[in-house]
Amino acid sequence: MQIGILVNEGPYTHEASDSAYLFARTAIEKGHKVPRVFFYHDGVNNSNRLAEPPQDDRNVSARWSKLAEEHGIDLVVCVAAALRRGIKDEILAPGFRISGLGQLVEMGIQFDRLVTFGD
Amino acid sequence: MLHIVNKSASERSSLDSCLRMATKGSAVLLIEDAVYAATKGNPAESKIRAAGESLKVYVLGPDLAARGMSGRVLDGVSVVDYGGFVDLVTEHRNCQSWL
Amino acid sequence: MSEMEMEDDGSGIVKKFMFLNRKAPHGTVYALEGLEVVLITAAFDQDVSLVFTDDGVYQLVKGVDTKGIEVKDFSKTYRALEGYDIEKLYVDQASLDARGLTADDLIVDVNVLSVDEMANLMAEQDVVISF
Repeated sequence: MQIGILVNEGPYTHEASDSAYLFARTAIEKGHKVPRVFFYHDGVNNSNRLAEPPQDDRNVSARWSKLAEEHGIDLVVCVAAALRRGIKDEILAPGFRISGLGQLVEMGIQFDRLVTFGD
Repeated sequence: MLHIVNKSASERSSLDSCLRMATKGSAVLLIEDAVYAATKGNPAESKIRAAGESLKVYVLGPDLAARGMSGRVLDGVSVVDYGGFVDLVTEHRNCQSWL
Repeated sequence: MSEMEMEDDGSGIVKKFMFLNRKAPHGTVYALEGLEVVLITAAFDQDVSLVFTDDGVYQLVKGVDTKGIEVKDFSKTYRALEGYDIEKLYVDQASLDARGLTADDLIVDVNVLSVDEMANLMAEQDVVISF
């Protein structure tokens, strides 16, 4: 199945991004496809490559980048939400790109399932 | 439908709203802080027991374990891992998150 | 808005999309940014329903004046939805009653549903986006 994921919250402050990541990774392990993850509201902050969490803790944005690279996931950050929060191309972690809300709607239309993780 | 609830029932009314709106036979999956609702002695215990009469209630094991609650799960609530979470999503025609 | 020039995704697929609004406006961003998704969805010719339940009903209350908190007043946008062919707005009676509101207090015409009607509406959706 093609499963889309919507992440509404930023890293660390809420568990949403962690839950979404573990869900995505497991779906792929089970043979499903996660073609796109869409980041909205504060979720756009998951794309920030400047994050420097402590060495003994997970690096939320980096692991999204790694998962995306390994499995061809399109990590899309909403342009309007990103601009509001100062997320721009120059600070995006690898694998993330900024695009429009239409990319979220397309997920709903084209994929078999869409799961929201938020606050 | 699969209903996903992620906030503690003592913090947010999302579990109440979900249980109000979930149609008979639906599944409810408790994740993140909502897992407390599936534990013995928690304020939402009676609601979850009552819900179990018409809904299938699941709780995400890794979130229980992270909170030291693995040994306190209510009878009638099924513990699933992330694989089970994925299966619940694919097995139900649609899903809804109560945030 | 350049987003609105986008065509639908070309597949011809029409799904039932429901946008679930359960939060009051202004205390958090979800009402405003939720509305922005709805406006974009209008370009895709899908079967769109907007549901306002719990504190989400407060998003539709008329008589808003945001000057004192110096934020954008987006309440009038709910009235513009009709112009985008987004006409299926649902509110549940119980959420209105619990807050001392009636349909007359709201800025747009809505369909007021019982709990069972709303539950059935939710169950029949293809895609539910929650904010």
